[in-house]
Amino acid sequence: MKVRAALIPIAVVAGVTLLVAAAARDPLRQPRRSSPANVTPTLSSAVATVDDYLNQSWTYANIASAEPADDLQILRRLSLALHGTIPSLEEIRQFQTDTQPDKLRRWTRRLLDDPRFADYFAQRLARVYVGVDEGPFIIFRRDRLTDWLSSRLQADHPYDETVRHLIAETGLWTGAPAVNFVTSARIDEDFDENKLAGRTVRAFLGQRIDCAQCHDHPFRDWTQDQFEGLAAHFGEVSLSPFGVEDKPQEYTIQDRETLEDRTVAPSVPFSPTWLPTAGTSRGQLAAWLTHPENRRFRRATVNRVWGLLFGRAYLRPVDDLDDPPPTDAPDLLDLLADDFAAQNYSIKHLIETITATRAFRAASTIDGGDDKSLAAAESKSAIFPLVRLRPEQVIGAILQAASVQTIDRNSHLLVRTIRLIREGDFIREYGDLGSDELQERGGTIPQRLVLMNGDLVRELMESNLFNSVGGTATMAPTDEQCIETAFLICLSRKPTPPESAHFVAQLQDSTDESREQVVEDLFWSLLNTTEFSWNH
Amino acid sequence: MTDQASSCLSRRDALKIAAAGTLSFALPALDLRAAAKRGPEREKSLITLWLAGGPSQLETWDPHPGTKVGGPTKALATMVPGLHIADLFPHTAEQIHELSVIRSLVSKEGDHERGAYFLKTGYRPDPTVTHPSIAALVTQQQTDARVEIPRNVMIGNDPFPGRGGYLGDKFDPFKVFNPQDKVSNVTANVDDQRQQRRLSNLDIIEQSFRKNRTAAADRTQHRQTLKRALTMMTSEQLRAFELQHEPAAIRAAYGETSFGQGCLMARRLVETGVKAVQVTLDGFDTHANNFDGHQENAAILDPALAMLLTDLRQRDLLESTVVLCIGEFGRTPNINPLDGRDHWPTGFSALLGGGGLRSGVVIGETDPTGAKKDPVDPIEVPDLYATILAVLGVEYAQEVITPIGRPLALCEGAPIERLLLPST
Repeated sequence: MKVRAALIPIAVVAGVTLLVAAAARDPLRQPRRSSPANVTPTLSSAVATVDDYLNQSWTYANIASAEPADDLQILRRLSLALHGTIPSLEEIRQFQTDTQPDKLRRWTRRLLDDPRFADYFAQRLARVYVGVDEGPFIIFRRDRLTDWLSSRLQADHPYDETVRHLIAETGLWTGAPAVNFVTSARIDEDFDENKLAGRTVRAFLGQRIDCAQCHDHPFRDWTQDQFEGLAAHFGEVSLSPFGVEDKPQEYTIQDRETLEDRTVAPSVPFSPTWLPTAGTSRGQLAAWLTHPENRRFRRATVNRVWGLLFGRAYLRPVDDLDDPPPTDAPDLLDLLADDFAAQNYSIKHLIETITATRAFRAASTIDGGDDKSLAAAESKSAIFPLVRLRPEQVIGAILQAASVQTIDRNSHLLVRTIRLIREGDFIREYGDLGSDELQERGGTIPQRLVLMNGDLVRELMESNLFNSVGGTATMAPTDEQCIETAFLICLSRKPTPPESAHFVAQLQDSTDESREQVVEDLFWSLLNTTEFSWNH
Repeated sequence: MTDQASSCLSRRDALKIAAAGTLSFALPALDLRAAAKRGPEREKSLITLWLAGGPSQLETWDPHPGTKVGGPTKALATMVPGLHIADLFPHTAEQIHELSVIRSLVSKEGDHERGAYFLKTGYRPDPTVTHPSIAALVTQQQTDARVEIPRNVMIGNDPFPGRGGYLGDKFDPFKVFNPQDKVSNVTANVDDQRQQRRLSNLDIIEQSFRKNRTAAADRTQHRQTLKRALTMMTSEQLRAFELQHEPAAIRAAYGETSFGQGCLMARRLVETGVKAVQVTLDGFDTHANNFDGHQENAAILDPALAMLLTDLRQRDLLESTVVLCIGEFGRTPNINPLDGRDHWPTGFSALLGGGGLRSGVVIGETDPTGAKKDPVDPIEVPDLYATILAVLGVEYAQEVITPIGRPLALCEGAPIERLLLPST
């Protein structure tokens, strides 16, 4: 804490100073980066297929769909989903001046190729795989796991291969980072096979295996035998000086009834023909799980990625899915999942596809729509859902809003250090969601207090020469542009005429000294709106 | 929203004026302090003293002096016939007749995080559902709408705080990391005039957002949380967090430690109507130097616990406040080569009382030779929580549907009848 306390002020001054020269320029005329390059013109026909499916489902249910959202609105959604933050003013200005065709697709590609995407998505996926527990410290290295995931995402390695590594990798948690999936489940002196089986099925098949007693579905009606058979696939895992290994051995468990030990052989709950005959039992499980005919695997993946992009899974709960529909009546997940498999399990391609659909690009309201029709539209993805931002998206957005420049890997190390420290502190105070990532919740009072009165927001939003507040207050040529800049920085949109009139009047009534206060108060208000804390 | 904001401000102004003119009698008629009610009339609260790290039963409420497992710890007689506690707790010994002692709690969780989860929720960790802590369950039952500050408060730094779980984040505890600091984030950063401007700005921007989606915007509860946060910021009840209003002698009696002052804050909070308060004392993970460690911790815990009981009784709050003193597990009878004791979820101790529970009951015993692992008269953790929930008037056995559509009882235990008075 002492180091932190000392570091922050120094770092703030130093880091911010480095940005002065750049920040002082008019961002409109000084794009720091070149325009995004043209991307290959053929995006798979999957987008059209999905849009057709959506259109038909809306027509069939007699649902009014929303108009397309404003481009800037879509840029904000993309930034939040792919980078965990809002677009910077710098990016917005470049985006606004980009008049080339295929703008949104090119920008999606640019966001995906930015290392911020791989870093952010790796964190999100790691939570799905190993939860938020710290795990056994010595043999579990979350940082190694997320770095590895990040590099796989950045290079767009096939996702099925990534999953096979996670389940079946051998070696040390430092040198073979995928084994952290397994080592995270070591409790005391043993690997917890039940935990591994539960996580595997949850993360990769989108099913909870221990709470479906009451369902009639053939697959969800899990039996104890099926669960034990899956867990037995992890029965050979052992730890040696060389790390995680597979040591052929019998997997025994204590029978709950007789309290006696009995041996359980590895088995799978369906399609045993997908199991390879050779290899370790973990390797066999991995191959079975990612088998090209295993619809559940790719449907679960598509649903999860949809959830991370929208903040809400397409089918919910994200890890308690029904049986897939018959193959002659594919649903939206199948359409996306088949394309995902055809494109060699490319996560980037899947994201490009989903974010190009009408569902992702729809407005989040319908003009003249009443509450009932809006709810119906939301349930059928005919409008973009209103979803609370995750804590790290909120802090990411606050930090970005305080700066005119983009905060990314190109930012100075000190700026990134501050971001990291502050993120940690803020999330501690704001409250983390744990591993229930996609559960719907309202905000809390402590969260409102942090945003209204917290030190972080106060420090960042106090007008000075170097931050966005000071820059907006002093550099905008007109009052109207000052207001517009503040709205773009915080909400990624222009003010409405009544909003503009309200704030312009405040500026006109202010003196030179109080002008900065008016702008500070404007930023404070923008940050405390529902619009800032909820994706829309 | 504007109306709400301005009424808050005017009340705040009124308070300021009243305070400046020492016209405390002229304060607006708040009648907000649940402290107005005493004894059995009062809505009940729960104070948990959380001993983080796993306190040794042998150095607290279950000493075995003169035996191999007992170590150097001696025993002190108490007013309860036959009840001896560790000599590290002379002040508590004089007050412990207000409570009952359970010496035979059993758990299967020997890991800190998992043990803490079990001992806070009554459920073992389950990756498919986050169970609410007992504090959250109790808070959900709060009926007194006049309480303007958070109803579930956690004081001190607990690495594994209980959550609202499937009940929702709003039942998460409000955290006060250090009771000796000013409570954070409850004061506006600007003067009233600017705050007013900020809030009216907010109103303008919210209007654009609400257009065409009133119901959806309402579902976010953003406005309600904002309103409640503003109410809290200007609430007279925030004084419950301000220990400077206490006489120096009282503050000193609790001990000038973070934990001691936290216990005092807990008393102030329940007096104001807060439903659940947890105060954490960290440092019981004594794998090495167990005896020195417990001596240091006892020096903090002993005055604070004793004074808390005294203070609650003197203010006629004990009958309406359940006091629970517990950690995630106990420690081994065996003393390891580092003069420490290791994790022991089998046969550990807790104190429980107040709130209309029977006092002076001693339940269970552990083997003084350490040979027998299981205690006599084992008590399951869910039964302990069913007892507390029953006395706080919660229908503990009721099933709720969790967010994933699975029915789950609030608590799977049954009350320990010996701890309940006939009327409950």
